[in-house]
Amino acid sequence: MGSGELAVTKPAESFAGADRFIWLALASSAVVVAFILFPLIEMITQPSLDSMRETLSDRDVIRSIWLSIYTSGAAAVISLVFGTPFAYLLARRNFSGKRFVESIVDLPIMIPHPVVGIALLSIAGKNHWLGRFMQQIGIQVMGTVTGLVLVLTFVGLPFYVNTAKAGFEAVPERLEHVSRSLGASAFRTFLRVTLPLAWRNMVVGMIMCAARAISEFGAVVIVAYHPMVAPVLMYERFTAYGLKYSQPVAVWLILVCLFLFLLLRLFSVSVRKTA
Amino acid sequence: MICIDQLTVRFPGFTLSDVSLRVEKGEFFTILGPTGAGKTLILESIAGLVPVSSGRVEVNGRDISRLAPEDRGVGIVYQDQALFPHLAVRENIRYGVRYHRQSLSDPEGRFDFLVDRLRLKHLLKRKVDNLSGGERQRVALARALAVDPKVLLLDEPLSALDPNFREDIREILKQLHAETGITVLMVTHDFTEAHFLAQRAAVLNGGRVEQIGSVRDVFLRPSTPFVAHFVGMKNVLPARINGGRADVEGIKLSVPAGNGHTRHIAIRPENIHICPEPSGTGEPNFFSGTVSRIINQGFYSDLEVDISGVTFRTVLTAGALMAGGVRKGKRLYLKILPEDIHLI
Repeated sequence: MGSGELAVTKPAESFAGADRFIWLALASSAVVVAFILFPLIEMITQPSLDSMRETLSDRDVIRSIWLSIYTSGAAAVISLVFGTPFAYLLARRNFSGKRFVESIVDLPIMIPHPVVGIALLSIAGKNHWLGRFMQQIGIQVMGTVTGLVLVLTFVGLPFYVNTAKAGFEAVPERLEHVSRSLGASAFRTFLRVTLPLAWRNMVVGMIMCAARAISEFGAVVIVAYHPMVAPVLMYERFTAYGLKYSQPVAVWLILVCLFLFLLLRLFSVSVRKTA
Repeated sequence: MICIDQLTVRFPGFTLSDVSLRVEKGEFFTILGPTGAGKTLILESIAGLVPVSSGRVEVNGRDISRLAPEDRGVGIVYQDQALFPHLAVRENIRYGVRYHRQSLSDPEGRFDFLVDRLRLKHLLKRKVDNLSGGERQRVALARALAVDPKVLLLDEPLSALDPNFREDIREILKQLHAETGITVLMVTHDFTEAHFLAQRAAVLNGGRVEQIGSVRDVFLRPSTPFVAHFVGMKNVLPARINGGRADVEGIKLSVPAGNGHTRHIAIRPENIHICPEPSGTGEPNFFSGTVSRIINQGFYSDLEVDISGVTFRTVLTAGALMAGGVRKGKRLYLKILPEDIHLI
């Protein structure tokens, strides 16, 4: 009977189809993972231990990695200070033009990195009133640590604001309402209710902001080629001496970053467990 | 005492319009209404948690309309309790105490009293995530009362609870109200809760107050078709009324004398009596009809009976339904006492 056969064979066929699809999905996932990991692993394993040790005694390398870390850390702290109230406002208030403001926050992610550098220089230079004013009060942007921090904050800020905002949105507004009705001001409510429930997102936001900042190259080379942050130093070693001399610097930067981020993640997890 | 005067709150797609009501000192008052009627919005307006478009709110004679929520002395307990998940039970209850050091004469004594009355002693160290619904609600009540608010606002405190917890919390609310004498404004969609707890009620529909009165009065003498339906008068029918006679689409009924403004009659299903035999033929309000629909509600069934094209709803126990052999299409006789017919 035709219909009977259909009823028996159809489910078997669709299962086989589903299996095939899963295999296809697995295979393409493996390609993606390999695509990401293979070059990184190769790069990490290629330099000899001697060259790694040698690099570590190179003061320029140490200085550039340290500069990268602390300028990115400064960018994360600045994002925390200025981005937190902003993220809270975006999470809690509805106003006309909110979508527009939210897309402004995302702009630094979208625009090409050299453009960021050029844009910042165009207001920090002598041809702009703000640049002239900044120079009058002693703030130099071009080729300074200040300039570096400025650029890194610009590119990292959206990552902090968006992550912190998601954290604030996850705290039910009713908890804040109850806190207010129990006598706590808006600020105390933030400190006693919102912050303890959303701080993990804020830490993750800072990590993401710092990670983005530490990897910045395009905007940095325009605003401050010197003092050299690690990515710029790597680029210089690559163009001057070739791949072999840029690899150890890259490996050290990756190792230091991984260690720092792991430490922060562990810290946030352990605090969650003891809380 | 709470006095709300012409309160209007506008949100996109919803408006709470010109709500005025007065809750006396020490009174237990309920706002009744279906979901989406704007009940919670009234509470949040009193607590200062939503922007009010116009109107005034007074508590104990003081205009609090412009005050920040923390300066109003208004406690609020939400349906979902809104306990602070990062704090243990004790810290939840004590949360607001530090802001009321000056006004609270004996915060420790008050804490002990509430912990005792709400049976929370064994839970004080627990995390709030591990509590049952009833326990959570008791913690939320203790937290709100620990700071001795001038008024207590309850947003459907019973509706999210299991039936056995519900009775427990209901008893506790009644007892606490009696012992503390606090002014309570409770929002609910359940008339039984209002009956058990409150002295007076306001019925809200679509952001407007339909009726205010004693709970008994609202239940027995609803003033609008909506309120009648809400308090369980499932037969709300448009009628032409003349003296002691009502005409419902051609059906003539004897009714109590109206005041000349009535447009509807309302009858509770349980007041429409079913007679198996035509023994009352010729008496007033005795009709024959056909069962058009039976809705099984478990222990009882709702019956829709068609009388000359007009549907009346009555109710029959499961036993009576079976014993009488009642089924769709069966002919029945209905009797309605004139005094059971409410005129609106």
